Amino acid sequence: MTAAPSNVPDVAGGRDSEAWIIIPLYNEATVIARVVTELLERFEHVVCIDDGSTDGSAAVAAAAGARVIRHPVNLGQGAALQTGLAYVTTKPDARYIVTFDADGQHRIEDAEGMLRAAREHGTAIVFGSRFLDDRTQPGWLKKVILKTAVWVTNRTTGLRLTDAHNGLRVIRTDAARLVDLQQDRMAHATEIVFQLGRTKLPWEEYPVELLYTDYSKGKGQSVLNSVNILVDLLVR
Amino acid sequence: MWIQIILVVGVVVVGLFLTRPSGRDSHLALRRLFLAAFVVAAVGSIIFPQWLTYVANLVGVGRGTDLLLYGFVLAFLIYVSTTYRRNVQLDRKLTRLARDLALAEARIEDSHPETAPPSAPKGDD
Repeated sequence: MTAAPSNVPDVAGGRDSEAWIIIPLYNEATVIARVVTELLERFEHVVCIDDGSTDGSAAVAAAAGARVIRHPVNLGQGAALQTGLAYVTTKPDARYIVTFDADGQHRIEDAEGMLRAAREHGTAIVFGSRFLDDRTQPGWLKKVILKTAVWVTNRTTGLRLTDAHNGLRVIRTDAARLVDLQQDRMAHATEIVFQLGRTKLPWEEYPVELLYTDYSKGKGQSVLNSVNILVDLLVR
Repeated sequence: MWIQIILVVGVVVVGLFLTRPSGRDSHLALRRLFLAAFVVAAVGSIIFPQWLTYVANLVGVGRGTDLLLYGFVLAFLIYVSTTYRRNVQLDRKLTRLARDLALAEARIEDSHPETAPPSAPKGDD
């Protein structure tokens, strides 16, 4: 549980070998290749957890060079994330885990910035937040939903975050080992904050930008889905 | 009215029951007790048809059939809540099973990188 900054060079041009990317993957065949290819330029280990995709996403991701782990049936994003955490924490050379969305709405520069922050500040968990600056412009309805999610998350976890349900996070492996997500569906985003907060390890938030492309907008969380999240959290 | 108190308490208890962490054995026992009570009540009302109306009048309901309806509403609510919980438990098991399978497959692939997985061949093969 040392907080000493890693001495692995973060040199430009080289690939980061101790930070493993995990991407929950479900029916994103049209975008996953580009996401994986771009990540592999900067990171040595990119793991896609294929959550029972039916559109050949797993093969596309594997062809792009990702390590693909397959769920035999569709379980949900939370389940895929937990499988990824369980897989990477068995790897002795993994020191950080970066959770990344498959739909291409995260910026790789943000992930690198978060890793740099974790290494320099000795933090075990870095949460990406789209509300620390005003680069990200969600619509007003999405903003209301997200702010409600933030409020619920802060009430249930005791942490004071400015963003919730942001898929971009850096988790040091010692923290990741203490996570055991039970929420298979979207409510895991609150649960993971709760479980990471319970570790009492140092954490910080880092401003990130979310690229709201038409594609990711189409896949975004609907109002009705936020009802599901609330019920999942309340009724266990 | 007694029936209002009984029904409101019943509904609230079922609601709380849902959010409580589950002890599965006690759930099962409660379900069985409930079923036993149901059988006794059914037999009783067949042999003594006026019994239901008598009980209904005791709690402030006009007719025995109305009491029966209220009872059904409560029973249905209990059924829905217990079934929901069972589903959640089953989902958890399925997830664990699927995850262990996925991780076992990954372990095999990691130790024998030359064997391509049979289910989804890699594109670069």
